[in-house]
Amino acid sequence: MLNQRSGYRRSPLPARGGRQHWGRLHELLVRIARREVARRGSRLRVTGPELEDLAYRAAADALIAITGKLRQFRGESRFTTWAYKFAIFEVSAKIGRHFWRHPAVPLDAEDWDRLPDRFGFDPAREAEWRDLLGALHRAVDDKLTARQRAVFIAIVLNGVPLDTLVIELASNRNAIYKTLFDARRKLRAALAADGHIGDES
Amino acid sequence: MNGWAELDEFLRTDPRDVGCAQAMEMMHIYADLVAAGAPVQERYPGFPAHLRACGPCAEDFDGLLAALRDETN
Repeated sequence: MLNQRSGYRRSPLPARGGRQHWGRLHELLVRIARREVARRGSRLRVTGPELEDLAYRAAADALIAITGKLRQFRGESRFTTWAYKFAIFEVSAKIGRHFWRHPAVPLDAEDWDRLPDRFGFDPAREAEWRDLLGALHRAVDDKLTARQRAVFIAIVLNGVPLDTLVIELASNRNAIYKTLFDARRKLRAALAADGHIGDES
Repeated sequence: MNGWAELDEFLRTDPRDVGCAQAMEMMHIYADLVAAGAPVQERYPGFPAHLRACGPCAEDFDGLLAALRDETN
């Protein structure tokens, strides 16, 4: 059956049987996962066999996810695009878990001296931004909830990847993003109220 | 980008931002449209609004697009 809007087939793989189809799909997922870890590899502190292992585990878990969600595929895209998405997501999740096991800085560290560097402020021009970042620090302490503050400290100050924080807080990407989204909005409002920045959202 | 601009960009929130859950749910549809050269900004404005602010989803989307482009080469 075709999706009338996209023109793609709704059910390109049999839910059961068709071992050769699933074998072929697994091969594709391994290729996509390997290519994705290679694409991200230069920015990761992961190399060699560990990267290869990460790709194979991501492909295996993507295949499990696809098997479980096959009935949810509605033909709104090509089937392979839908399937590749799970391989990419699994690579992200595996990388997040890797950083959780091997954090560059303690996840609960709190070093405010990192803040200027996080936003690229020039140390030589500290007189120009000292008041702004002081106000930002106060707003983080005074305006945010404990949860928003913890997420801000981890992601912004400590540079913890969001997918790593997901594991640390036993949460999900959407919830952590929403927490940071609300924190950003509050901080902008606080800085705007004090005249440090413009008030448009 | 200097510190002021980067901080300003970080604090800027877009009400059209669909969030990670919806972005991840529709990413394959959007990727196929982008790969086909369709005018997706008008059709799904909340998706690019999210990608501009969410590093992990933008990274995933870049990876998915790269996979599709790799497929055609």
